[in-house]
Amino acid sequence: MATSSSATLSKTVKQQYMELPQGDKVQAMYIWIDGTGEGLRCKTRTLDFEPKSFEDLPEWNFDGSSTSQAEGSNSDMCLMPAAMFRDPFRKDPNKLVLCDVLKYNRKPAETNLRITCKKIMEMVEDQIPWFGMEQEYTILGTDGHPFGWPSNGFPGPQGPYYCGVGADKAYGRDVVEAHYRACLYAGVDICGTNAEVMPAQWEFQVGPCEGINMGDHLWVARFILHRVCEDFGVVASFDPKPIPGNWNGAGCHTNFSTKEMREEGGLKAIEESIEKLGKRHSYHIRAYDPKGGLDNARRLTGHHETSNIHEFSAGVANRGASIRIPRMVGQEKKGYFEDRRPSANCDPYGVTEALIRTCLLSEEGDEPAEY
Amino acid sequence: MASVSLSSRLNKAVRQQYMSLPQGERVQVTYIWIDGSGEGLRNKTRTLDVEPQTIEDIPEWNFDGSSTYQAEGSNSDMYLVPVRMFRDPFTQDPNKLVLCEVLKYNRLPAETNHRMNCNKVMEKVKEHIIWFGMEQEYTLLGIDGHPYSWPTHGFPAPQGPYYCGVGADKAFGRDIVECHYKACLYAGVNIYGSNAEVMPSQWEYQVGPCEGIEMGDQLWVSRFLLHRVCEDFGIVATLDPKPMMGNWNGAGCHTNVSTKQMREEGGLEFIEQAIEKLGKRHKEHIRMYDPRGGKDNERRLTGHHETASIHDFSAGVANRGASIRIPRPVGQEKKGYFEDRRPSANCDPYAVTKAIAYTCLLHSEDREESEEENIPAM
Repeated sequence: MATSSSATLSKTVKQQYMELPQGDKVQAMYIWIDGTGEGLRCKTRTLDFEPKSFEDLPEWNFDGSSTSQAEGSNSDMCLMPAAMFRDPFRKDPNKLVLCDVLKYNRKPAETNLRITCKKIMEMVEDQIPWFGMEQEYTILGTDGHPFGWPSNGFPGPQGPYYCGVGADKAYGRDVVEAHYRACLYAGVDICGTNAEVMPAQWEFQVGPCEGINMGDHLWVARFILHRVCEDFGVVASFDPKPIPGNWNGAGCHTNFSTKEMREEGGLKAIEESIEKLGKRHSYHIRAYDPKGGLDNARRLTGHHETSNIHEFSAGVANRGASIRIPRMVGQEKKGYFEDRRPSANCDPYGVTEALIRTCLLSEEGDEPAEY
Repeated sequence: MASVSLSSRLNKAVRQQYMSLPQGERVQVTYIWIDGSGEGLRNKTRTLDVEPQTIEDIPEWNFDGSSTYQAEGSNSDMYLVPVRMFRDPFTQDPNKLVLCEVLKYNRLPAETNHRMNCNKVMEKVKEHIIWFGMEQEYTLLGIDGHPYSWPTHGFPAPQGPYYCGVGADKAFGRDIVECHYKACLYAGVNIYGSNAEVMPSQWEYQVGPCEGIEMGDQLWVSRFLLHRVCEDFGIVATLDPKPMMGNWNGAGCHTNVSTKQMREEGGLEFIEQAIEKLGKRHKEHIRMYDPRGGKDNERRLTGHHETASIHDFSAGVANRGASIRIPRPVGQEKKGYFEDRRPSANCDPYAVTKAIAYTCLLHSEDREESEEENIPAM
């Protein structure tokens, strides 16, 4: 069975309970990033009021020894609400709350990249940095095999699947449709979706988001995806190379622009940024997946519309380059550029922070600067 | 499909057609009680002509105790005395759920009726305004007895990714949790929160803060709601403290406690005093913390899997391997509450809260227990 048992529980029964009125009580589901830097965790609490913003929400704590974040003898970790969204699973007035994780000494947890990202974003606020991230992912059955693929086998080679339609081309579209609607309901800035090159692989895009919002919206969009897949009984994987061989990997292409780049003659600022990026390739590769580049090593081969992990390159309309300048941007001489290096399981806080440090703060060398 | 009951596959649309029939003035009241095992819940329903407004409107009833391990057939009538009323999330308003105390034929409390004595203790310590919060862990099983959604005759990947997890490969049976939460909110149970637990198919919800006798009332009703929701879905909730042997977590009912003094400035001093008293009565408490005098907890309190060893008493700030844990913010703010991590998932909350209230607030070392007036011997 490719789908989980839980997915076969009666949804009619579930609906009857979910429609019960809840008085003036509100459920707030706190969401955080665990010790792997990729996994998401969640737990719920009841509130006596409907929060109007994340500032209304109380701090909470959790057992860090169960999430690879602390030892059992000193395991309390702190959850600080950072952003709030509507809950598309339990619906209004219930909320999803993205949180910062702090250690027992109130310092950010190792995988809490948000705190530093926020500081960096505040330093360049006046340049109004915008991001758009293209999240690719693969749907797997609970047996770990891509959903819809023949068991113990492979579908026909890539070619007909990208943006395809038809039961022989698009595997699992229900997940995509449900996820899109859930993101719209929640208030996540989802700007599009499409089927990807590998069958059972899909992409959604979030943006344009300014500054810290990019990381917030992308992490919540990922949580919603995992939850939607759980309801359907399948699994979403952000592994950057789920199937070795002649099958595409999954990335998180990151589009970036500043006010200057978006205005007349902005292409100059774009080219300056790309030049700075060219001098700091290994720093960025380390920031672009949760294993310091090891995950991306399986994906950035120079084939399958990727650049080679060892070399930096840029070009107009070039999908084999590290940085692609969209053709329209090349023509209008203003706009944005696309960094194609981040892997699908990257931390968007880490990625967006790296772009700001190199392009706008003009940092050089392999280590980030301290401010 | 082998893991869900046949009943759960009856047509729910058909059921809905009947359940939406109007019922006129009459009201269904479901009486709930604890049976002779001290763990099991029973229920039966009667019609009342008028919607009860308070618990006093609900009449006493009786049942056949010889069918619930509570009496001999020759003298089997037992009394059901209503003690607390809730809205019914299954048949909905105006129908009610009513938690009852069980009395024997001679009007004395049944053996597993720990509520009566708990209430006496709580009355005696009323001025301390003692609050409890209990964290009920439980495991979902298929009706084949294997944890729900585990591979047949097999095991999932080891513990690590499941605690608070999301995704079909991490969270098994979330529908139950969601529905139980809503049912509790509707019924008026003070449900505080929920989360996925460390072992896959294991979950936790918290009830509280509740003052005194309310803790036991609310926790028992929340358990009834859980069993009933699971029944609708065709799977089973078990409160067994160690459902799977080996490198799999057990299930507890961590009990958080505070008094007015502990919650106020400088309250840490009273917390530490309470912990010292508890440290001197470890064996007595262990006997009250599961329905088998400690035998159930022997399988769970090993010193591994975030438990303290059953043989030793220990306490520490933010220490999940201790018998008593003081949460870090409490250690920092020097006031708040403490967490007794010893009670097992299938404990009787009346027995647990009574033991804690008695030891911390009433017990005196220089008096024999039997000399203390009206205090039920432990």
